[in-house]
Amino acid sequence: MQRVLNFLALFRRERKPGDLIFGAGFLVLALACLVAVPWQAQFLGKKSLVEEPGFWPTVGVVMMVVFGAIHFVCTWNAPRLPGRLKEVIVWARSLEFVVWFIVYVTAVPVIGYLPATLLFALLLTFRAGYRSLQMLGAAAGLALVTVLVFKTGLGVKLPAGAVYQYLPDGIRSFVMVNF
Amino acid sequence: METIIQAVELMFSWPVLVALLIGSIGGVVIGAIPGVGPAVAIAILLPATFSMEPLVGLTLLLGIYGSSMYGGSLPAILINTPGTAVNALTTYDGYPMTKRGEALRALGLAYGASFFGAVLSILILILLSPVLAKVAPMFGSREIFLAALLGIILVIIAHKGQMAAAGMLAGLGILLQSVGMEPVNYTMRYTFGLDWLTSGLDLIVVVLGLFALSQAFQLIVEPDSAPDAQPVSGSMFRAMCEIWKYRRTAATGGGFGVLMGIIPGVGEFTAQFLSYTAARKRSKTPEMFGRGSPEGLVASESANNAVPAAAMIPLLALGIPGEALTAMMLSVFYVHNVVPGPGLFQNQLDFVYALYLSLLLLNVIVILWMVVSSNLLIRIIRIPTRFLGMAILVLSFVGVYSLRNSAMDCMIAAGFGVFGLILKRLNLPTVPIILGMVLGGIMEVKLRASMGRIDSLLDLVNRPIAALLVLAIIVIVAQSIRTSIRDLRARHEESNKPHQNKA
Repeated sequence: MQRVLNFLALFRRERKPGDLIFGAGFLVLALACLVAVPWQAQFLGKKSLVEEPGFWPTVGVVMMVVFGAIHFVCTWNAPRLPGRLKEVIVWARSLEFVVWFIVYVTAVPVIGYLPATLLFALLLTFRAGYRSLQMLGAAAGLALVTVLVFKTGLGVKLPAGAVYQYLPDGIRSFVMVNF
Repeated sequence: METIIQAVELMFSWPVLVALLIGSIGGVVIGAIPGVGPAVAIAILLPATFSMEPLVGLTLLLGIYGSSMYGGSLPAILINTPGTAVNALTTYDGYPMTKRGEALRALGLAYGASFFGAVLSILILILLSPVLAKVAPMFGSREIFLAALLGIILVIIAHKGQMAAAGMLAGLGILLQSVGMEPVNYTMRYTFGLDWLTSGLDLIVVVLGLFALSQAFQLIVEPDSAPDAQPVSGSMFRAMCEIWKYRRTAATGGGFGVLMGIIPGVGEFTAQFLSYTAARKRSKTPEMFGRGSPEGLVASESANNAVPAAAMIPLLALGIPGEALTAMMLSVFYVHNVVPGPGLFQNQLDFVYALYLSLLLLNVIVILWMVVSSNLLIRIIRIPTRFLGMAILVLSFVGVYSLRNSAMDCMIAAGFGVFGLILKRLNLPTVPIILGMVLGGIMEVKLRASMGRIDSLLDLVNRPIAALLVLAIIVIVAQSIRTSIRDLRARHEESNKPHQNKA
């Protein structure tokens, strides 16, 4: 037993709040991937093991399981710091901004890159707690410059908004190409 | 000589020079803003460079990579907050100097040391090129496989105190690169029957998630702050010239930077640590280290700025990236069908020299820019952090969406963004995932290619370079285990001391 503890001590690390939850979650994911090896990583009975399509995913999964287990046990053994729930709440709070980002992504092909970026920058700046005209102006400026640099200047491939179809004939194609 | 002239012709074209100017000045600005860093900027700009000529795109990214550390030293010295992670050691001596009223001297020394380290590294790189051109063709499939394996092992070992975490995340990277349809036998791997996983996970989507989106989420969810820094006055050029007084320290630092930059997976942190330790040992005033020692500042800045040029050696000569930023650059090569590796030195040496010369020129541009722009950059440092988070989200969208116009890519990147946020908050490394993805792919392809000539394990080491690499792997692993056991014993003795004292 002492030998095992000595071995694990080689990987000892300072524990942070939330570390154990992450370690456990990662180990569960690694074990789930290990269980899935037989039907997600095929072995076709080739002469050499390294030529099997399932070889490299299995290498990755085995590394995840072995090192993940060591990481989990070491974290379990380390002195606990309070604040686990608080930390998990911070992780969860980031999901709100994932939703913001996905809404932005969904809005671009519908209302167009320039309007979607302007709206996203202004609303998110407001949500981040900035109310001054200076900050909102800076957000609008950033959105405009981003669109002008990437879409108008560099011609990065981004879809034209569906609503642009309803613009007058004279400016429709110009707006579709540049904004 | 003819090759160098061709390289100069390649470099002195308008698109390359403009990219160099934008990259170097942009890199300084990005480096000076705490919380952004070169990885975020390169990840965002990467897809935009795909439409450029390879040299133009690479020069832009190299400009950011090579100049960000100059900018990063500014907030490290003035407000005790490193602009990029690798400037953390600069705060040890830079900030105490600022508190003593020597801000200008500290900035001048930091810029001078950065320039010294970077130029030394580039000159070594240029001198080494003929040797590399001879050695690189000796690397066949099995040697490149072994070099990639060595890279993975070094990535794990280099994360001292976090080896288990680095190992599991490198494993995750290897798994992620294998997801999708396998190209030889056309079997599905870890797709779980989902159509959108058939084409696999794009490295750039994962990079953008782990580096850019995670940083944006972190800045937005944490309390807002707007660092305050006071302007500096006096002659920056004169302050920079003081570096000549510390040329030995700077040369040693540069040497460590070159050495550590060449070895995959090691990078700036180890180079700085070794340089700082060596400088303290040799110093007449070691007690000043950590309390505002000019030598300490020079040691750390010269070492970290020598790394970018040296990190290009394994990338260009073998196609093996040593850390996340060169891994991102590798995709620019692939997109343009420029295959880095032994063939590059044989067939496109002018391209390689043009890259080196660009690196040299970018350092000259940066140092000139730093002479005049420090007080301007101080204003940029003051951007509130949550606003920065919003800006990174806006810019990240371009990076992810423009790849394939896929909303699914954006969702995957957002998922990796949350994962990256958790890793950052837990102080766990993200780099092993990226290197696992890149090196895992290289290992799979190269080992399969070399199997035709390998009947037994001994065949893997029947060529001199392969044997050397295997020997290096064995020595490094054995040395790491030995060091860990020695540290463990020391800790045991340390923890037993109080008991003995009590007895």
